[in-house]
Order: sequence, then structure tokens, then C-alpha cells
Amino acid sequence: MGEFNPRSWKDLPVGNVIPLPKTSLQFKTGNWRAMKPVLHEEKCIRCLLCWVHCPEPSIERHEGDRVTINYDFCKGCGICANVCPVHAIEMVMEG
Amino acid sequence: MSTGVIRSLKEIPKEEFFAPGHRLCAGCGATQVIRFALKAVPGPKVVVNATGCVEVSTTVFPYTSWGVPWVHVAFENAPAVASGIEAAFKVLERKQGVRRPKIIVLAGDGGTFDIGFQALSGALERGHDFMFICYDNEAYMNTGIQRSGATPKGAHTTTSPAGRVIPGKLERKKNLVEIAIAHGVRYAATMNPAYPVDMYNKIAKAASFQGPTVLHYYSPCPTGWYFDPSRSIEVARLAVQTRIWPLYEYEDGRYRITVPVKEPKPIEDYFKLQGRFRHLLEPENRWLLEEIKREVEENWNRLVKLSQISQ
Amino acid sequence: MNGDRAVAYAVKQAKVDVISAYPITPQTIIVESLAEYVNNGELDAAYIPVESEHSALSAAVGASLAGARVFTATSSQGLAFMWEILWIAAGLRTTIVMAMGNRALSPNINIHCSHDDAYAARDTGWMQFFAENVQEAYDLTLMAFRISEDHRVLFPSIVNLDGFILTHAAEGLRVLEDRDVDEFLPPKKPVNAIDPERPMTYGALDLIDWYMEHRKFQFEAFESTRPVIKEVFEEYGEFTGRSYSPVKTFNTEGAEVVLVALGSSAGTLRHASRELAAEGKKLGVVSLTQYRPFPVDEIRRALSEASVVGVLDRSLSFGSPAPQLFADIASALYSAKRRPLLFSAVYGLGGRDFTPQHARELFSFAQEVLRKGEAPQRSIWIGLREG
Repeated sequence: MGEFNPRSWKDLPVGNVIPLPKTSLQFKTGNWRAMKPVLHEEKCIRCLLCWVHCPEPSIERHEGDRVTINYDFCKGCGICANVCPVHAIEMVMEG
Repeated sequence: MSTGVIRSLKEIPKEEFFAPGHRLCAGCGATQVIRFALKAVPGPKVVVNATGCVEVSTTVFPYTSWGVPWVHVAFENAPAVASGIEAAFKVLERKQGVRRPKIIVLAGDGGTFDIGFQALSGALERGHDFMFICYDNEAYMNTGIQRSGATPKGAHTTTSPAGRVIPGKLERKKNLVEIAIAHGVRYAATMNPAYPVDMYNKIAKAASFQGPTVLHYYSPCPTGWYFDPSRSIEVARLAVQTRIWPLYEYEDGRYRITVPVKEPKPIEDYFKLQGRFRHLLEPENRWLLEEIKREVEENWNRLVKLSQISQ
Repeated sequence: MNGDRAVAYAVKQAKVDVISAYPITPQTIIVESLAEYVNNGELDAAYIPVESEHSALSAAVGASLAGARVFTATSSQGLAFMWEILWIAAGLRTTIVMAMGNRALSPNINIHCSHDDAYAARDTGWMQFFAENVQEAYDLTLMAFRISEDHRVLFPSIVNLDGFILTHAAEGLRVLEDRDVDEFLPPKKPVNAIDPERPMTYGALDLIDWYMEHRKFQFEAFESTRPVIKEVFEEYGEFTGRSYSPVKTFNTEGAEVVLVALGSSAGTLRHASRELAAEGKKLGVVSLTQYRPFPVDEIRRALSEASVVGVLDRSLSFGSPAPQLFADIASALYSAKRRPLLFSAVYGLGGRDFTPQHARELFSFAQEVLRKGEAPQRSIWIGLREG
């Protein structure tokens, strides 16, 4: 994704627009969390409920419906752990 | 004409049109409808967003979470702005062959039920081609949890506080789907994140209609409803299972309850999970609790009857 | 044609794409005429009969962002209702052209001419032009599209025409041939239009770190519209033989007394000036075709030689020492090398007639001011029933 980094009023686009999509990827919200989700992959049944319900989304879906957690953005809300039918996700204290 | 109706979550398209890095609360229920809408609606799209939680949190200059063109003008006029965009693209398509995008109007309950009501009514009456999604967190959450016309009876908000004399909001919640039907809308439905396949399919179905469609989405709000964010989907499921939030659709004169609830869970179970309702479990507020229960039952029975006679 | 009809005719010739219409006296004939054109197949445009003025402007903003050529019209209470969106329409750099049938603001409710509505928009970032007669209403409407859509401008504009006095009064005018309008006004080429292939975010939130910069950006851009307005005025003049300039002067060479007005009353002042000239008296008349951006340099040039200037305002600002045009002119002249005596005259509110006799009274009053060497502290009121 492109980056949009204006520095002063002189490099603003007409109409006050943000001229590129998804520039929020530059703003990492991972530092919001107090607890973080840890995925125990061996338990995962690839049901995708965590991917569906993650509010950011900071759960990424891969080949064969494997999922990974993107800690750059995860706010630690705990929904993924709560909805997982096999308790494959555990919330642990951050660092 | 239906496009992309699914049977399992696995069929939900992978591509994300909405990026993380926004400032919505941890556990916010609004993003699920955004992600699903942008996946289920085929082809080029434009989102018109009213002022509210989603708008302010997802577009803090210079950061935007949106992967599609996104327009915000003010609080009460999203359907009017959408009317202008829709009309313009129809003309530009005719005159210049520009490809017309599908328009998704996204507003909170404030921008839908109250300040945005006039604009919505006008746009529905004129029959513009757009999908209207209300993400209903049942109060003006963005400004700090003040009551709206969508706040349910009995709920505590900062402008309808559960006080010693008046125990919360005493007025009932407006019925958006009925209002849409009264405007002659061909497709209107309620949605809930705890029923994602039902929700996805309703969006896909609405997208296949020409003209206005109205989708009413239950948007859990841990911050304003006072519950642990991790329980968002649990709370949402209980809303359906207690029959407080019936999942149904209206299509060309026919009502259909899409998630039947044969044995409803007790409303107390739903209320005790949320700080905004807990006062209703006190003995002095029993009268209000009974009133609420009666109204939930009446509403459910009405829907059952309507779905039977409209077969 | 009357002024409303002339404006509608210009809009038709401009081949607008979208019309966002809500009726309000005295602009109704504009929206009605446009509906006729569209439904008779004479104008290929989307006609959105919105449910209020607030929605009228909101829909116009949406349509303009989508890349369409857009028109709307309003007056008085309608302008007041859409006022919130005026700022947004300008800040998001739409190219909407709006006709304003100038009408008084309530209370009490009054459908006749004052300039309250034009003044209410003066800070919002819209360009504003004032028509003195029906010909100007037609011409300025065509020029407004051209100016607004110019890539060096990209701001919305208001064409003001006095309610009933111009909107409903029929005058003879010359209209251009359709093909000449096509030549003067090619189709809109939008900038940063809504395009799913180039997704952008329009109307983001600014925290304390960006709002001021966005305002500065817009302020400077608005200043840059001045040369383009002059350029288009000149080009139109060559095209039609009717010349326009930001400020119009009449008989100001060597005039000690000058009166300034906006809108149709400028014509009345000129008529009085000719009458007075026949009696050997000299009254200079200045009127502004371009009200926003305020033509500071042109006003200084037009007024600095005068000894006494009376500024007519068809509105007032409660609690302020000066109504709006007077304040604009006073601030333009404050740092000029030569400052004439300056007084304010409130006139014509709610359609109160302003006659050549009133103009002559103002001229005499101005002479008095000159003789005393002192201007009154407060506005004088012309045409008021004192009882």
C-alpha cells in the first residue's frame, strides 16, 4: 500500500482528501493491548470464527484456512479467544 | 438475481477492503458489518458515511482504513449525499459511459433514527439505488453514550440515566425495518454479528436489488453497554436468543423469520451481562422489566403472524 | 424573461448533469423551469426533488464529488438551513453553482428582498457574484460554471439576484446561441472525483494537528481565484461584447461623493446620478459584481479619490457598529494612503423600495457629511417610517 505523509499545508491534496486507500496500516494499534491472544495451532480446526469476528481485523486468513494473528494491530479485546469453539486461543498478559 | 449467497463461513471472500489501524474501541461490533458489506456487495463500490463512531475512528487524517472511495459530509445527510452521488453516476454513465458503482450508505443509529431521519425518508421516497446499513449501537456512542431514538426501553445512557426517580429511558425503540417498509422499500432486514452466515446472505441479497434497501445491524458496544469486550459475540447471540433482536427479512411483501427461536432464553440473562441494564433487575424496577418483556413478546408474536399471513 | 427564468435558461444551456431542487419563494420559478426542461427532454440532467434545502446542498456536494456539473438554488431561510453544509461544500472543493434569490431572513417572515442570505454566506469560502439586472443574472450564471470548474479555482459559487426585483421582473436580455455556450463552457473535467479505481477518502477527521493547515491551504487557494475571475470576465466580454469586472464604477472620475451598493440598487443610484448630473451635481456610483473574494485592490482604486463615501447595506448586523458591506469596505480602506469619510446607510430591508428620490437624499446627506467634515457614528436608515 502507498504511503501518504504530508508535512505542511503546502503538500495537501485538493479537497482535503486522503488520496490513497488503507493508509491506516501505517498506524500500529498493537500498543493498545494489555492481554494478547496466543494461537495453539495444533488445536485449531480452521473454522474461521476468529477471522470473521476480529474487529480490526488483525487475524489473517491463509491457504487452507490457516490463520495467524497480526500483533501490529491486535488490541487484545479477547473476542477471538471467546468465540473459538475448541479454545485454541489463549489470552495471556502482554510482555 | 441473487449473487454470492453462502452456506458456510469458508465461502466468505478472503479479500479485505477495510484495514486495521483505526481507533475504534477494542471489541467494537461495527467493523464486522463493514467488512462483510464490502465483501458481499460485488463490483465497484462507494461508501457514504454519516458522522459517528465509525467515521471519526476510521479516517483520522492522514490515516484511512478504507480501501474503497469513502465520503463523509455531515451527521444528518448521508442519504442525501448518496442521492446526489447516485444521480450523478446515473447521468455520467448515460453521457460518458462511466461505470456506476454500488452505493453503500453507512450510518449509526443517531444518523439514521434521529438527526438523519429526514434525509433517509426523502431518499427512500425518491427510490434512489443504494444500500442503507444502520450499525445500531443503541445510543450516540461517539459523543459519549447519550440516548437516541434507537436506545431500547429501560437502558441507561448519560441523557437517560438510571436515576432514583426515573430508571433509564422510558420511551420505546423506533422500528427501522417497519419504517423502511412503510416507504415502499422492497427489501429490508435485521442482522446480528453472532449469525454471520445469515448476515452475509442478507447483504448479498440486498445488493441484488435495484432501488433502496435497508439493513438494520445490531452493533455490540462494550464501552457504552458496559460489558467485557471479549463477550461481544456472546451478548449479540443472547439478543437474538431472548427474542429481543429478532432476525428476519422483508422481501416484496413477505416477512420471513430467518433465525427461529423456539425456546427463548430469559431476558434477565441478557440484561445481567450489561451494565446499562443491570438496574432493571432490581426489585423496584420490576414494573419496567415486565413492560419490556411484554413488548418483546408482542413484537415477536406480531412477526410470527406477519410471516404466516404473508406466505 | 424574468431573472429566475433567465437563470434557468442559462443552466439549461450550461448542460448541467445534476439539479438538486427545493423550492422557496422567490426562487421557485428557477426550479420549476428546470423541471419543465428536464421532463420535456430539453435538458438531459438528473433532477433530484429533495425534501429540504439541507438535503439540496448535501446532494449537490455528493454529485459534485462524483464529477458532475451541478446546480442548485435557494433564498433566505433555505440558505440558513443549509448553512452548515456551505462550509463543507467549499472546503471539499466542490464546483457547485447556486443561484440565490436574495430574500430577508425571519423574523418576521418576509419573502421580499434583503441581502441577509448573501451576507450569511460571506465567510464560508464560496465565491459570490451580484447581478444588477436580468442580463447580468444570465451572464453571471454561465460564467460561474466556467470559473468554479477551472482547475485553478475549484470552489463553489453563488450568483445573487434581488428577490422579486430581479427574480420576478421581466427585462429584455440577449442570450447566447447554444453552440456559443458550448464553446465558452466545455464539459466539466473533475479533479479528484470519486473513482473506485483510485479510492480516496473525502471528508476525513482532523485532530489539532491538521485542521489549521487545511484552513491555510484553502485560504490561499481562495485568494488564487482572483486572477481567474478577471480572466473569465474578460474572455466573456470579448465573446459577447458585454464587459464585466469585479467592481463597476460610474461617474467616479473627480467625484467627491461616491455611493456604493450591491445588486439592483446600483442601477437606481446610476439613474439618480444622471439626474443630478443634469443639475450640475456629481455623484459617483460604485457597485461590486464580485463580492467574494472581496476585491480589495479594486475597491481602494475606486474609492480612494473620493472625499466622502456612503455604503448602502440591504441588511444589518445586530450589535455591530457596521453592517456587512460597510465593514468589508472600511477594512479595505483602513490601510489605504487616502481614506475618505465613510458612512453607512441601511436601506431596502424586506423589500422596502429604494427610489431615485432616496438616492438623491443620500447624496444630499453625503454633502452634509463633507461640509461638517465628520461622518455619523451609526448607520442612517433610508426609507424607514419614523411615524
